[in-house]
Amino acid sequence: MAKVIVVTSGKGGVGKTTTSAAISTGLALRGFKTVVIDFDVGLRNLDLIMGCERRVVYDFVNVIMGDANLNQALIKDKQLENLFILPASQTRDKDALTQEGVEKVLNELKASFDFIVCDSPAGIERGAHLAMYFADEAIVVTNPEVSSVRDSDRMLGLLSSKSRRAETGQSPVKEHLLLTRYSPERVERGEMLSVEDVQEILSIPLLGVIPESQAVLNASNSGRPVILDAESTAGQAYADAVARFLGENVDHRFLTAEKKGFLKRLFGSVA
Amino acid sequence: MSLLDLFRSRNKTNTAAIAKERLQILVSHERSTRSGPDFLPELKQELLAVIRKYYPIELDQVKVQLGKQDDCSLLELDIVLPVNVKADVA
Ligand SMILES: Nc1ncnc2c1ncn2[C@@H]1O[C@H](COP(=O)(O)OP(=O)(O)OP(=O)(O)O)[C@@H](O)[C@H]1O
Ligand SMILES: [Mg+2]
Repeated sequence: MAKVIVVTSGKGGVGKTTTSAAISTGLALRGFKTVVIDFDVGLRNLDLIMGCERRVVYDFVNVIMGDANLNQALIKDKQLENLFILPASQTRDKDALTQEGVEKVLNELKASFDFIVCDSPAGIERGAHLAMYFADEAIVVTNPEVSSVRDSDRMLGLLSSKSRRAETGQSPVKEHLLLTRYSPERVERGEMLSVEDVQEILSIPLLGVIPESQAVLNASNSGRPVILDAESTAGQAYADAVARFLGENVDHRFLTAEKKGFLKRLFGSVA
Repeated sequence: MSLLDLFRSRNKTNTAAIAKERLQILVSHERSTRSGPDFLPELKQELLAVIRKYYPIELDQVKVQLGKQDDCSLLELDIVLPVNVKADVA
């Protein structure tokens, strides 16, 4: 049975699209037939992060409006046989997404995919609501920073009251915390909330901690999801998160600062 | 990190701890307001408007909570009036 996963946060710019690209690629690497949908109507970006921006012909809204069928709109990944992207429209207004339309597309996708990853727009308005409404599981992307944590908590409130699972009395949406842009050095200096702090406040299971990493920018520059950069800390942390998502028991990594020698600490980059 | 930073970091206040404390208070407050029915925030606003006709109070001085006692729902109002302010009909 296909699973619908929403990647959401409330707050903007915390790493939802980066995460949607990495997790969907990771699931496909594990052999699952996966589609990732951009719900950010008007601000399409997932295509760039996935590196398929030049192959967009039709989009999500075209499919909902009946201008194109799903097969025409789905973009097959260049490298991975079982990964597909459904881009958002760049021009249409947000009201083009309707609950019935989204449901119809999801139902059609469920027939042939294992995982449907929904990249939510920021905020708690229509687009974000539709992205999470049909979800079975939610990856709540949070930065270790006050406004992001607060918005994540609001999003958790919405998931447990305004999702279809909540409204129809089914078992609740399964929630996962993904802490991103984490800097162990700053945590150790008392400048940044620690993973324990955030977990204590939000009290949902921890899927992973993605360190702040230059590799993320490199990945978006080249249109290759960061999980494909197996050398990078962020890529490895995302691969671990995918493993945990699939039920494997994997220890958390990159939670402590790299130990620097005394001289290096004194002279920093000079040494 | 320079030598100066090394000394500086020793006596800097731990802002992460402040952030955590503020979040814990805020989040528990926000959770308590959203667990109630959808009309509670509106009810609170309307109550505030009525009371303001007589006392100059702010939103955070009105606490409205829907709880349960035995088989009844209990609507609790907790309104803090400022000291030394006489009722002043506007
Ligand atoms: N682990 C990380 N390390 C460094 N930079 C990161 C990391 N994760 C995300 N970023 C950067 O943060 C920015 C925002 O990321 P992204 O677009 O994924 O966020 P978003 O939540 O989808 O934003 P929006 O709310 O606008 O849709 C990007 O510039 C991205 O490169
Ligand atoms: Mg995004």
